Amino acid sequence: MPAPSGTGIAERVAVGQVADRVGASAARPDGAQKTRGEFAFSSDLWMDAMLWGKTLRSPHVAARIRSIDTRPALATPGVRAVVTAADVPGRPTFGLEVPDQPVFASDLVRYHGEPLAAVAADHPETARAAAMAIVVDYEPLVPLVDPDVALEAAPIHPDGNVFRHLVIRHGDPGATGDVVVEGTYEVGMQDQAFLGPESGLAVPAEDGGVDLYVATQWLHVDRDQIAASLGLPVERVRLYLAGVGGAFGGREDVSLQIHLCMLALRTGRPVKMVYSRDESFFGHVHRHPARMWYRHHATRGGDLVKVEARIVIDGGAYLSSSNAVISNATCFAPGPYRVPNAFIEGYAARTNNPPCGAMRGFGAVQACYGHEAQMDKLAAVLSMDPVALRLRNALERYDRLVTGQVLTGAAPVREVILAAASHPLPPPADPGGSILALPGGAGATAGPGDVRRGVGFAVSFKNVAYSEGFDDFATARLRLETGVDHEPVATVTVATAEVGQGFVTLAQQIVREELGVRRVVLAPASTVDVGSAGSSSASRQTWMSGGALQLACSTLRAELLVRAAELWECAASQCVFDEGEVVQAATGERLSVQDLLSPAPLETEQEFHHRPTKALDADGQGDAHVSFMFAAHRAVVDVDPDLGLLRVVQVATGQDIGKAINPVQVTGQIEGGIAQGIGLAVMEEIVVTEGRVRNPSFTDYLLPTILDMPEVLATVIEEPEPDAPYGAKGVGEPPTISSGPAVLAAIRDATGLPLTRAPVRPEDIALSHGETT
Amino acid sequence: MPVARVAVPTTVDEAVQALRETPGAQLLAGGTDFCVEVNFGLRRPPAVVALRRVRELRRYEVTPASVVIGAGTTYADMGGPELSSVLPALAAAARTVGSPQIRNAGTLGGNVATASPAGDTLPLLTALDARVRLRGPSGGRTVALGEVVTGVKTTSIAPDEVVVEVVLDRRPGPQQFLKVGTRNAMVIAIASAAVVVDLEAHDVRVALGSVAPVPVRAAAAEAHIADAIDWRAAGGPRASAAALARFAELVADAASPITDHRSTSEYRRRAVQVIARRALERCVARAA
Repeated sequence: MPAPSGTGIAERVAVGQVADRVGASAARPDGAQKTRGEFAFSSDLWMDAMLWGKTLRSPHVAARIRSIDTRPALATPGVRAVVTAADVPGRPTFGLEVPDQPVFASDLVRYHGEPLAAVAADHPETARAAAMAIVVDYEPLVPLVDPDVALEAAPIHPDGNVFRHLVIRHGDPGATGDVVVEGTYEVGMQDQAFLGPESGLAVPAEDGGVDLYVATQWLHVDRDQIAASLGLPVERVRLYLAGVGGAFGGREDVSLQIHLCMLALRTGRPVKMVYSRDESFFGHVHRHPARMWYRHHATRGGDLVKVEARIVIDGGAYLSSSNAVISNATCFAPGPYRVPNAFIEGYAARTNNPPCGAMRGFGAVQACYGHEAQMDKLAAVLSMDPVALRLRNALERYDRLVTGQVLTGAAPVREVILAAASHPLPPPADPGGSILALPGGAGATAGPGDVRRGVGFAVSFKNVAYSEGFDDFATARLRLETGVDHEPVATVTVATAEVGQGFVTLAQQIVREELGVRRVVLAPASTVDVGSAGSSSASRQTWMSGGALQLACSTLRAELLVRAAELWECAASQCVFDEGEVVQAATGERLSVQDLLSPAPLETEQEFHHRPTKALDADGQGDAHVSFMFAAHRAVVDVDPDLGLLRVVQVATGQDIGKAINPVQVTGQIEGGIAQGIGLAVMEEIVVTEGRVRNPSFTDYLLPTILDMPEVLATVIEEPEPDAPYGAKGVGEPPTISSGPAVLAAIRDATGLPLTRAPVRPEDIALSHGETT
Repeated sequence: MPVARVAVPTTVDEAVQALRETPGAQLLAGGTDFCVEVNFGLRRPPAVVALRRVRELRRYEVTPASVVIGAGTTYADMGGPELSSVLPALAAAARTVGSPQIRNAGTLGGNVATASPAGDTLPLLTALDARVRLRGPSGGRTVALGEVVTGVKTTSIAPDEVVVEVVLDRRPGPQQFLKVGTRNAMVIAIASAAVVVDLEAHDVRVALGSVAPVPVRAAAAEAHIADAIDWRAAGGPRASAAALARFAELVADAASPITDHRSTSEYRRRAVQVIARRALERCVARAA
């Protein structure tokens, strides 16, 4: 069958400037299309004679399924297939780390919205009506919704309710400080809220396999899970990346992939599925809610002596990536500070709440709300400036983390703190200015006299790439040939999911940097033509796919040198690469890349592996992480305490990025990440009551608008990371980690209230404020 | 596959006729509430009567005594210079609705007929004792807004009736609309308040949104503050801090808010008294 239209995967030829190399703000190859609304996202996929799929989801949080009668759906005119758990040809479950999640629930429903069946029909409305016609006999059960209770309760899944219990024991457990501060903190459930809902198109293939066009973050790991459940060899399940409308971790897990492939194979026809906005809230995992207890010990002079913490995250009904999230939360629990002694416990619990998994910041976000509130408490008790206290304890290169790992890479913690602190503060609110600039915005609730301003500070760190011994390599294929106009063309084939982060731009810049060619073609990302790129997550693709591509470039460059040496009858070591040409050192003779390509094109496929990491031992000790990114944020917030409404006025940041390969894209990541960080601090929350999602819509799940977005002042610290390509660390996650805690600190500063929960709600401020005044 | 039938009348009478001919038909104006319900699978009417081409609904008329606003008037129109000069609080309310795209689509008639407790124009209409002109198969009738909106998203509008226009008496004096939401724009009201001060009649009208099943007047607060204001003070009317505080208490008494996923009853009660008092203080100075 021909490829569908609207895949968003057409080859992108970009004839850029040779100057658009590493360090330049080269334009995105998909930028114009996206701004014009012409870019084809996965929801635009289309094929003639395709069917439409629809999922039936449980209205119950926890229930025993007595029976499922699909006959009324099958009897609906226009319905071509209905599939349930009984129809799964292979492994009945899937999962990123452990396959503990049913493709379709068969005996038990464990969360609100769990899929039970899928329908394919001629029209989406027919499919919807048919799915509603399926009769399910449920026996509702009392849901287990409290993660602390769940740790001890009777298991709701054969794998038990404790996903992971992790302990870090470091230094002297009996150590105590002159000064002790203690606190409990809570973080609510944030959603990735990507704008492009889950969508895909599955096309049955002649070999009995299936071609799936889908928006995802990691093609190969999707493929492996799909193939297992379809009972097919992986070669017969081919995935192609369709246009991705945002991800932020929410596309790491399989959502509609297996359902779509089952329907396509069952009907022998292409099947498309697009989640509606409300279904999207049930269709992907969320950020883990967390409950945290902390006790910090310090000397009277302000040196941290010991950090004790207990962090419980609610993983919801299925594992997803909870094990890695709790590892991060636990490892990074103290924040980027020198902590000689620590006792930290992390728990990830299974409950009947919505499943939680990856989201930008991945465990470090939750912990940061705890450790930064603690640092402020400590500063207050010590009568120290909060920034000075952080500087005093800031990690430095060759310091040891509480996991025993020595920081061998760049660790400009002091630099990011000083950069954030040294930006100019905003002027006071203008009494004659627009009311839109005050808390309450368009609602016109505040006058200048109703507002108090606060300033807050927060610092964070997080790992780049996967940890604890996982080898998340990346692969790149590069072909160099002479184009129609005799100009060399480099074709990059990577399975790297472009989810908005801009790797498509970086790939071209890297090729230009290494080979000096203008014309770079990005082949469609798929599982067909190239090996795995790993996931577009954990701030890792610049390093990993960038590293693989750099390796492929240097491999071909070496081959060009060999070709030149053969022509000149000299040693390859006598030849050097210079501005897209090969130069013979002794004679100064030059050969262009196209001269050297005339006998035959060159092609290579290279895998890039980061430095191996190790598992954590029973005491939570080990070199578990590849590298760390640091960031500091200072927030200025205007608060209307009587109403509890807010306006974030400014966020200033210093961020450790190693090297800006594309400065404009770095700025984009910083601004977008701060928006998402602010969102968690002041408005973004999936409200879950007794396991039931109350606000699955953009009417009630609030995302910051431009009126909620502050001025952003950013300084990037470019201290090269020794083993990273170009010295570049990741950029995407740190802006989301400490920006929110800085905002919460600013609100505390303005109101004097403890505010231990994120997101802070208007009533948390207004009603407490009322009690104290 | 059953696809909803769509009628596209060009006059109100044609619209009424279309409603009569297709029982269960849904009127479509801006669609900012209805289309969301369709997308969420909550509504699947067999037919739709689209009002966009009914030009007579899009008119408004300002006279010395009153303002008549056609039901098809959009929030963008209400926020525009002409209507905002005579009904500034209605303009303020209209500007709090959604995004520019929503304000270009959503209409006053739709806001009335949807009858949401959070309908942003309804507090001001309630404060001004708005009258709603409806037209049905047996002709027109004019009904007080309070009799149109009977409960949460329920009205006394018959299935074959169309909201034609809203009539508001002009009041000489300042008016304000304030709305509380958890986001600084594009947000459903958690609580809202409209205050209208009549400098000639020496009265104050206060209506509250999102704190009861329907928009409510705070009658006791109105009576108290009209009495407490020194209307003839040099430099304009003013009220004492104590009178304003009592006013806020009485406003809260008029509210009967619920707790839901958007907020709590306790917060709504607090918020509505804060904004009603601030709205009044923008109209009437606080006595030293």
